[in-house]
Amino acid sequence: MSQQTSVTIDRRKFVARLLALCADALVVTGLGSPSYDVFAAGDSDRYFYLWGAMGGSTAISLGLALAQPERPVIAITGDGEQLMGIGGLATAGAQQPPNLTLVVLDNGHFGETGMQRSHTSLGTRLAQVARACGIEQAREIWDIDEVETLAAQVNARSGMGLAQVHIKADELPRALPPRDGVYVKNRFRQALGFAPQ
Amino acid sequence: MNQPEAPAQSWQESIFSTLKGGGVRQVAYVPDAGHAHVINRVHSAPDMRAVVLTTEEEGVALVSGAWLGGQRAVLLMQSSGVGNCVNMFSLLQCCRFPFLTLVTMRGEYAEFNPWQCPMGQSTQAALELMGITVLRASTPEEVEDLVAAGLDAAFEGGQQVAVLLSQRLVGRKKWERK
Repeated sequence: MSQQTSVTIDRRKFVARLLALCADALVVTGLGSPSYDVFAAGDSDRYFYLWGAMGGSTAISLGLALAQPERPVIAITGDGEQLMGIGGLATAGAQQPPNLTLVVLDNGHFGETGMQRSHTSLGTRLAQVARACGIEQAREIWDIDEVETLAAQVNARSGMGLAQVHIKADELPRALPPRDGVYVKNRFRQALGFAPQ
Repeated sequence: MNQPEAPAQSWQESIFSTLKGGGVRQVAYVPDAGHAHVINRVHSAPDMRAVVLTTEEEGVALVSGAWLGGQRAVLLMQSSGVGNCVNMFSLLQCCRFPFLTLVTMRGEYAEFNPWQCPMGQSTQAALELMGITVLRASTPEEVEDLVAAGLDAAFEGGQQVAVLLSQRLVGRKKWERK
């Protein structure tokens, strides 16, 4: 826990820099603050925002990454959402899509529901869990400038990765992406050249 | 646990050939003896990807992600797994993702293990509660047609469909190991 005193990363700035550096990436966001962070950085039809399906961001991005091997795929989620879908790390680790990077914005709390502490501030070390699931390029990020290395890893598509990004537990103004899932799905597919059904 | 593999039945091979012929590229599964043949065939098919899951709800999410990326994917599971999926089914309704799952049934016919019964007997209702259309195969002769119908309804019609493979069709589980 001593490391918590050195947490300095602003989630919105980190996400905005990452997305700016990964202009070709397909992005899936976990519900709650990660969806707001991505939308606040500027909307794109390459982004698939979740407002529910908690625990599903890893598996959705895995299916997407397997279907689109030529594109970098990023899941941007929070510690709570990743914890609910923790088995997905083992599932993704078994597949090892080289174009998939999971970015966990970890503030150690459930931000959407009143800032209750989550398992990552109660002993679970997510990056270590990921490594134990075979995701060798799993690491913790404490400094916002490490976003450059992370983006290079995303764009290289040279191995599945996970970044556990230690962010400040701020409650920022919400920035609300579209909640119409059919719309978000159709425009995402259209951006990849698939006609609506 | 090297169980001798049961000889494949023709309806099991017809499931594989229907999925392959229907352009399915990803097959997510939590294993079941009734799906074992299809799983093995998918693992050896160069243009198909078999994805083993830790829990069935991952499969609902995975097949949706595959569709986002332009591929057809299906989920194979046992009836107990349907209960694990319930909230994740919201994804299908909210985004109108095409969905096909093949479900081997337990808890409905000559069931030895009572722990299979509560979920097995609620499987169809649970699927229907979440807006998924249920088809049921009770005899070997109807399997291929129902799976093909499910594929068309899902990937041409944008529907969410489950094909239940009845326990009588799949056969009684053998409890003694020789």
